[in-house]
Amino acid sequence: MHIVYPTIVSALLFSVGVYGVLARRNAILVLMAVELMLNAVNLNLVAFDVWWRDRLHGGQVLTLFTIVIAAAEIGLGLAIVLLVYRNRDVVDVDRLRTLAEDRTPEGAAAGEPEQSAGRDGGEAEAGRGAGREAVPPGGEAAP
Amino acid sequence: MTGPDLVLILLGAVAVGAGILCVTTGQIVHAALWLVVSFGALAGGYLVLTAEFVAWVQVLIYVGAVVVLLLFGIMLTRAPIGRAADVDSGNRLLALAVAAATAAVLVTVMVLGFGGAHKPVAAGGGSAEALGSSVFRTWVLPFEVLSVLLLASLVGAIVLSRSDIGPGARGGGRDGG
Repeated sequence: MHIVYPTIVSALLFSVGVYGVLARRNAILVLMAVELMLNAVNLNLVAFDVWWRDRLHGGQVLTLFTIVIAAAEIGLGLAIVLLVYRNRDVVDVDRLRTLAEDRTPEGAAAGEPEQSAGRDGGEAEAGRGAGREAVPPGGEAAP
Repeated sequence: MTGPDLVLILLGAVAVGAGILCVTTGQIVHAALWLVVSFGALAGGYLVLTAEFVAWVQVLIYVGAVVVLLLFGIMLTRAPIGRAADVDSGNRLLALAVAAATAAVLVTVMVLGFGGAHKPVAAGGGSAEALGSSVFRTWVLPFEVLSVLLLASLVGAIVLSRSDIGPGARGGGRDGG
């Protein structure tokens, strides 16, 4: 058996996961892409464990541990996503900008119309949450 | 190229193709279902690699639990069931460039490192007996630590999900006790 085929499959699957994490907007789809990346790592671990014929089965045991950690991660991640949805009525990671630096000029210039509308909503929420910072109104941030 | 190699390549093609469809489809429920296909193909790949126990754990945990949990999350956030327009963010081209660069680097490293490596694989290395004796002898301390972590994450998920406890709620269970 060639070791190069499972590792190439693993590398491609990891890249697909990277694309999903970066390109998706829905938080649950981001979590799905994270699961793809974790599975790529699992495939690599199993392949090298079988390849080296580890007497302690370290790779396969670590794969089981990774699966357990992935289950814990997906449970906590979904709980956080549902909490965000309950508080904000939105699960788009692009629109959760309360912690972002909204005053950067390139962020205000590069925003599309619908994104700037969403960003204004985030600014309004940030202003309501922080209260003491002078958050500019939406008319000033729009180009 | 031997038979297991061919089967592994076919299963890997299914897994990668389903993964690509999962991250590019416009319907959120379909993304979860393509994730099932990808995980199933990966479980088949584990079987070809003689890791039987890991394959069945993959089917049980990922296909059985994680995807169902993701579907619950999709339903509970009232995601659009049909085709949604705004599931992709604006930086799709940048993400594609980063993913292509990652794939190029990783595949180049793997081909250069293990390009012609060939070794026959013996069956029986991944049976439940071998893995069980290994987990409960050598790796028993990480196993116990991991069970504590799982319990902690369970408690954390419950605390995050309940709305009647926490700083916003008055007269919760903590005040009564």
